[in-house]
Amino acid sequence: MGVGGQGTLLASRVLGRLFVDLGYDVKISEVHGMAQRGGSVVTHVRYGTKVFSPLVEPGTADILLAFEKMEALRWIHFLKPQGRAIINSQEIEPMSVIMGEYEYPKDLEDRIRRACAGAVFFDALAVAEELGNAKVANMVLIGVLARLLNTAPEAWEKAINAVVPPKTVEINLEAFHRGYNSELS
Amino acid sequence: MKKLMLGNEAIARGAYEAGVRVATAYPGTPSTEITEFAAQYDEIYAEWSPNEKVALEVAIGASFAGARAMVAMKHVGLNVAADPLFTVSYTGVNAGLVIVVADDPGMHSSQNEQDSRYYARAAQVPMLEPSDSQEALDFVKLAFDLSEEYDTPVLIRLTTRVAHSQSIVALGQRADVPLKEYRKLPEKNVMMPAMARKRHGEVERRMKALAQAANDLWINRIEMGDTSIGIIASGIAYQYAKEALPNASFLKLGMVNPLPRKLVESFARKVEKLYVIEELEPVLEEQIKSWGIAAIGKEIFPVQGELSANMIAERIAGKALDVRPAQDLPPRPPVMCPGCPHRGIYYVMQKLRLHATGDIGCYTLGALPPLKAIDTCVCMGASVGMAHGMEKARGRDFSSKLVAVIGDSTFIHSGITGLIDVVYNQGASTVVILDNSTTGMTGHQDHPGTGRTIKGDLVPPLNLINLIKAIGIRHVRVVDPFELEEVEKVLKEETQREEPSVVIAQRPCALLSKESKIPVSISEDACRLCGVCLRLGCPAIEKKPGGMYINQTLCNGCGLCVKVCKFGALRRAGE
Ligand code: SF4
Ligand code: SF4
Repeated sequence: MGVGGQGTLLASRVLGRLFVDLGYDVKISEVHGMAQRGGSVVTHVRYGTKVFSPLVEPGTADILLAFEKMEALRWIHFLKPQGRAIINSQEIEPMSVIMGEYEYPKDLEDRIRRACAGAVFFDALAVAEELGNAKVANMVLIGVLARLLNTAPEAWEKAINAVVPPKTVEINLEAFHRGYNSELS
Repeated sequence: MKKLMLGNEAIARGAYEAGVRVATAYPGTPSTEITEFAAQYDEIYAEWSPNEKVALEVAIGASFAGARAMVAMKHVGLNVAADPLFTVSYTGVNAGLVIVVADDPGMHSSQNEQDSRYYARAAQVPMLEPSDSQEALDFVKLAFDLSEEYDTPVLIRLTTRVAHSQSIVALGQRADVPLKEYRKLPEKNVMMPAMARKRHGEVERRMKALAQAANDLWINRIEMGDTSIGIIASGIAYQYAKEALPNASFLKLGMVNPLPRKLVESFARKVEKLYVIEELEPVLEEQIKSWGIAAIGKEIFPVQGELSANMIAERIAGKALDVRPAQDLPPRPPVMCPGCPHRGIYYVMQKLRLHATGDIGCYTLGALPPLKAIDTCVCMGASVGMAHGMEKARGRDFSSKLVAVIGDSTFIHSGITGLIDVVYNQGASTVVILDNSTTGMTGHQDHPGTGRTIKGDLVPPLNLINLIKAIGIRHVRVVDPFELEEVEKVLKEETQREEPSVVIAQRPCALLSKESKIPVSISEDACRLCGVCLRLGCPAIEKKPGGMYINQTLCNGCGLCVKVCKFGALRRAGE
């Protein structure tokens, strides 16, 4: 999940493609039709031998990939007890905070860790900005995920190749590798 | 070939494989992508129509003329198209006619959560409901066959989670379906009373025949499992129930109107406890219960919002997961984008303390703080008629502090008729058309005013000014919504005018321009923390403990905040 405009949808499509290539049944649930930026966006990816519902429900997710810190906490209860979380440490203030009705929570990392002790925080935006395109933060995170799952990069590269717009393949692959080869705390 | 496909894409693929030649629509979430995908096939003529009624009429014409035709819309769009729907049910078709309608339980992007299955019953039209992308493809093909076999339009109902989920589909070939012969058949196609009376008889016969055939239709199937629990479900509710109770017995309905009574009765006899699981209204349940069959449905499931596998597991099997969502998090609803053209107008309207009747589009978001610029949002085009009604109810004093606010695409959809009413019935409303050169909300579709078709052809754009003048409005002014002083002057003058007027605020949607803009910067010394810029509701302007802060990745460099700052604290690069 993330905030509208962060590339959540593209990331989930890479995952979908990957699992199809690996021979699984796959369902992805997306959110469309809010062209405006800034809303909370969540997509669900499910794979297995046979998938019925396209929705991941509270308490059932194996992995949570969050593009924004507060959104991570908003959805963390979707994880199973032993589920894992990879979280972009970027913070984006919603209008309710900008208007001063709410404060952006300061203790997010603690609260997330209380719900998921092994949560991994990673500054994907910084890496993406180094690469010269803030938009590829999503692929950096996908790289971190691939690494954490102990998978070889080739299948992921193939999926990225197939899903991202042709002109951006190179930078997306670079972003993926930066994520894949990073030191994780 | 197998492919991961969005439900909407699979609908378009099904139409392609069924030999469809004409596909029409007005964009509406969650149905929009159907026609965008259909337009990618060279064999299909596709169009954005000005509204759903026209879209259906074009499809009816194509069907009468002998071409298979499909029309797509969201649930509320079917309200607009209901007039032709009820009568094309009488005429029937020549070549197949399929109407796809996408409901939005839970209202992810809609103003209500009406259940379109009632339309199928009211108009006496068969309705199919797929539960994943493969079924979406297959059901469209079946729908065309049924349409021609039973001489009826066929409705296909989607819900958001089917329309906007991807699952794997197997692709087939396009069928070679020649144009059918065109014949003049007044007794069938001219619905005046004497002929319509006869046709109504045909409708009754057809629905009886279909109800009979439904018992053996392959898309209505029984999956026996543990007989202590029997579940009747269709669409996404079937998938949720399968996920929650994979071992139960199922009657999976692919056709939700008319229902296969014999099949339901025989299934009910085989199971101990029967549940009917459906989102929104108890459409299946009430019919099944009316046949004297005992079943549990809305006693334990809500009529509001979406169902889920967790909810079904909990309410039927008593298995509840212990999940605790984080409390007290700041909400994050969508907001108008940084650089959005609407922000300028709304800022001025707020300053002038104008009331506004609103409409459907991105600009509806202007109802939220801090802009709080519009008072109402009912349906497409309502802003204009409602402003006129307010004036007639409360008088000219009230209406001189009131404007109607409507987008360009929405105005063409159904605002124009309201405006004709204002002129005819001597109103003095001021209508502000927010012309962002696109259908923004649904993801930037073209419309008659943009000068481009869904196929990418360039056409002469509809001239709004000429159109408005032609219906008798003498005062039409065009402003740039970011020229705040000009906007203020024009709005003051036009709301005071004792006759109707239109202000067209022209500036393209901020997402249309691909060039990257340079963000503005803030000088902390000059900023006096007055907070005026915050009133714009731009998501790129944040208030930090130390002062205002411009989020450099979000800012679009539109410069609106630079204009409202009285202390020159905000600066565009190079100025
Ligand atoms: S999509 Fe365009 S019109 Fe809609 S909020 Fe964003 S900038 Fe404004
Ligand atoms: S220039 Fe100002 S108003 Fe425009 S997007 Fe940037 S911060 Fe928002």
